[in-house]
Amino acid sequence: MSETNDKFKLVIVSGGTSDPSSTRMLADRIAGRTADLADQRGENVAVSVIDLRELATEIATALVSQLMGPKMTKAIELLGEADGVVASAPVYKAAPSGLFSSFFHVLDNDLLIAKPVVLAATAGTARHALVVDEQMRSLFAYLRALTVPTSVFAAGEDWSDNDLGRRIDRAAVEVLLLMESGFADKVRSESWKSYQHEYGSAGGTELDIDLGSDLMRLATGGSADPR
Amino acid sequence: MQFGIFSVSDITRDPVSGATPSEAERIEAIVQIARKTEEVGLDVFAIGEHHNPPFFSSSPTTLLSHIAALTERLIVTTSTTLITTNDPVRIAEEYAMLQHLSKGRMDLMLGRGNTAPVYPWFGQDIRKGLPLALDNYNLLHRLWREDVVDWEGQFRTPLQGFTSTPRPLDDVPPFVWHGSIRTPEIAEQAAFYGNGFFANHIFWPTSHSLRLIEFYRQRFEHYGHGTKKQAVVGLGGHAYIAKRSQDAYKEFRPYFDEAPVYGHGPSLEDFSTMTPLSVGSPQEVIEKTLTFHDAFGDYQRQLFLIDHAGLPLKTVLNQLDLLGEEVVPVLRKELESRRDPESAAAPTHAGLVEAKYGDRPARQPRPNANRGDNVTGASPYQDSDVEAEYPSLG
Repeated sequence: MSETNDKFKLVIVSGGTSDPSSTRMLADRIAGRTADLADQRGENVAVSVIDLRELATEIATALVSQLMGPKMTKAIELLGEADGVVASAPVYKAAPSGLFSSFFHVLDNDLLIAKPVVLAATAGTARHALVVDEQMRSLFAYLRALTVPTSVFAAGEDWSDNDLGRRIDRAAVEVLLLMESGFADKVRSESWKSYQHEYGSAGGTELDIDLGSDLMRLATGGSADPR
Repeated sequence: MQFGIFSVSDITRDPVSGATPSEAERIEAIVQIARKTEEVGLDVFAIGEHHNPPFFSSSPTTLLSHIAALTERLIVTTSTTLITTNDPVRIAEEYAMLQHLSKGRMDLMLGRGNTAPVYPWFGQDIRKGLPLALDNYNLLHRLWREDVVDWEGQFRTPLQGFTSTPRPLDDVPPFVWHGSIRTPEIAEQAAFYGNGFFANHIFWPTSHSLRLIEFYRQRFEHYGHGTKKQAVVGLGGHAYIAKRSQDAYKEFRPYFDEAPVYGHGPSLEDFSTMTPLSVGSPQEVIEKTLTFHDAFGDYQRQLFLIDHAGLPLKTVLNQLDLLGEEVVPVLRKELESRRDPESAAAPTHAGLVEAKYGDRPARQPRPNANRGDNVTGASPYQDSDVEAEYPSLG
């Protein structure tokens, strides 16, 4: 892998709402560290950012009407092409923010299958620390994404603690190694059909139709196996 | 090419006047709307089927046979008939009856229904919705084509020696549209049987509807019913028309903003850009509708949704005037000039009779005499080929 110029596409999804936002800053540090590390290994990481604040009204629209606006469509396209994701949420009321969760609620279930994801969160107090592992990790398990072992949580005091930097380094190594391994591409090329899909899902790219299925036999006057 | 309107049958508070019509008022209004549809020169009136408030249309064939009796040319149809929670035997009987009473001025569109509790209310399971729809249609198809049916499927009680009465008018089954927005199996079934395929084409971008219609056209050709161009396609649409574009936006906005399903979500401007909704002057609605032809090619039926979200009767009747006087005549002319002579004609009873019989007279089934047990046995009609086998105790 050392001489390749192929860029890994790393996409930040940030639920931060202020500007500057510590949630976005945390995600930027993880992505930046990953890019540095890649650079040291002769690789390239291209980072793009989805700032959910800018998508807020489109996310609300999608929740109530399933209509995807132009910014949502662009975000889905970015995530569909991503090799890795940094998902960073502010914690409100002991949960990742509604804006952050809602964005992932309206995505197709198969958009992120097997893609490596770093989970990150910021909060006003360290009492929220387990929100990342107990709430965010299960959301991404449902989406069948591959969350990296180290989650990165930062309360106020962490910004003056070198341990935060060490956790960021660890998460960056993990996500880079998973991108290098090509795990997501391999799962998708060898096993894509073994996951549940809907016609037109995966951001409109899943258009395979299995004409040999039980239901297709039933559609054409035959009988499906009784269940 | 047929033009018409389709109604969901919602009874919705008018957000401008604050008034909610009674069920009696709305049912009376829909009859007026249907009569007006014929009066302004449109071809088709379609009604949905629902089994919960705030909708009134639980019994579409009763409404449609009444409308058929009050009109002369209008084709009455559904949008949709629930092929999941209705017994296909009852669909066969009720719609054949409607076909006789309307003298063939009817067809029907089949759909699954998306109101979850309706399934258990009718003894069904929504998780089986798709196989139920497919299995039920397989039976319905046979009930209209075979005098005597033996049947065993996955869901319904088996049938032995069953005859659905009355037999279809002229022994030609009603034309069937299969409606779907995202289910390839439904498009496949429509193609397999050579039936029509209808895309709701209201809330979703045109590109979304295009995928399944293309698949349906390919499979229609694959099954030997004709070329891709000869497949029978219907499209929904959603319009609000005023003489001046800015009036259309101004008048429709309060209804749009509070409409069931999409209200309180996207802006009217975004929705008009991203979906098939046409709001504007007659010319703007004409232009937008012509983009459907650009995307889908020749198609046979265009239905507009114009009476939902609490729009008052007077407004709906005015919409029909504008459609009939200014929009549809231009669309007919424009689409006719673009039409490939190879593409299918819009389905009518007369067309189906001609396709089946040519110049020969149509079959008119006459039942055999009742043997006294109210069961006619294996040969219920005088011209049937089947030899009767009467059970005996000997």
